[in-house]
Amino acid sequence: MSLLWRLVARDLKLMVARPGEWLMPLAFFLLVAMLLPFAIGPEPKLLARLAPGILWVGALLASLMPVSTLFALDSADGTLDQLLVRGVAAETLAVARMLALWLGFGAPLLVATPLAGLLLDVDGAVLMRLLPGMAAGALGLSALAVVAASVTLGARGGGGLVALLVVPLAIPLLLFGSRPMEPGALGLAAAAALVLAAIAPFAGGAALRASRG
Amino acid sequence: MAATDFHALANPLRFQRFATLATPWLLLAGLGFLAVGLGIGLFASPPDYLQGEVVRILYVHVPAAWFALGGYLGMALSALAARVWRHPLADLSVRAIAPVGAMFAFVCLVTGSIWGRPTWGTWWVWDGRLTSMLVLFLLYLGVIALIHLHEDRARGLKMAGYLAIVGTINLPIIKYSVQWWNTLHQPASIRLTGSSIHPDMLTPLLLSALGFLLLFAALVLIRMRALIAEQRLEARALRRAARAG
Repeated sequence: MSLLWRLVARDLKLMVARPGEWLMPLAFFLLVAMLLPFAIGPEPKLLARLAPGILWVGALLASLMPVSTLFALDSADGTLDQLLVRGVAAETLAVARMLALWLGFGAPLLVATPLAGLLLDVDGAVLMRLLPGMAAGALGLSALAVVAASVTLGARGGGGLVALLVVPLAIPLLLFGSRPMEPGALGLAAAAALVLAAIAPFAGGAALRASRG
Repeated sequence: MAATDFHALANPLRFQRFATLATPWLLLAGLGFLAVGLGIGLFASPPDYLQGEVVRILYVHVPAAWFALGGYLGMALSALAARVWRHPLADLSVRAIAPVGAMFAFVCLVTGSIWGRPTWGTWWVWDGRLTSMLVLFLLYLGVIALIHLHEDRARGLKMAGYLAIVGTINLPIIKYSVQWWNTLHQPASIRLTGSSIHPDMLTPLLLSALGFLLLFAALVLIRMRALIAEQRLEARALRRAARAG
């Protein structure tokens, strides 16, 4: 097993050991879906029309939650220093964390989406197109989370800052992901996610190194 | 000026001398061009046949938009230079450009909003260009916040630099995605190959744009000088403390 996969496996094991970490964003996501009918009224047609957008906003906001601990725990207990001193490339750490987050945050999200869709009366055909967009989008959101977590490592006043950093960069994902029935939008959402996933390890790795220096 | 001369400016002391000399000239020339450009724009240029007098806000709005974008590119290139060549001045210029660029983006948003009210009948629409300028403004704010929220200033600058670089890659994507999404704003009228604007309006626009550019440069130089002075004061205080201790 290569180093990358060992790192991913370690992150996933830690997630299993600390279920609160991935359950909280999931609960948050479902709460957003549950709140919507209270806020705008229970009319099924309206709910179904708004649902993809609301689910995407919920997913985006939920993706901000793991950011504050994404590297901070490893940094606090010295794991990050140990790995870097051993000569593990910071970029490898960033890729591993991104993939682990994709699996650990994205996969539960995909399970929760049909449930949330049920609450909001989403049509089966819409859901079938919403899910792949969400799967790709979760990769992009994980990439942004890695960038935000690494550049704010050691900064004061986390939460608001993280939102300010992630939200502007996530706009293309949101824009294309939340229009599952428009032709081409799905592909563009996946493309935007892949671009983010391609640059995030380099930016995240460089920022991780800078946080040690 | 040859390329080697620019390299000479990379020396902070020489840069300081150059900046001290250049700042007043840039400032005066900028204000001069701006006064002439806006003077012609406000009083001598013709009103638009559709929009009437309100079109004159163009002479502030468009240059502000250009240099908010150009400033971001300059900031990101400085950040890249700071990381590649580890030059202290490049880091300082990231810090110097960010608030100036944010201010330009803000001016562009506010003037656009004032322009939109009489012509489109609304202060704000979720149009492609408006949205991407808003995103640019938010990116600037993110960079500024990141610089200041790190205890260690050098680290904050590095982190802000990485964010600025990621933003450069994502900025065109944001721009095109929001443009495909929804567009009310007119398309670009001035391209490298020519312009569809009448010369009577193009002349004051370009003059005012030159004024904006020089003012941008002057403000950045003033900020860089202040930042260099601040660094020196801190270094001196540290030396004194070391001697006293």
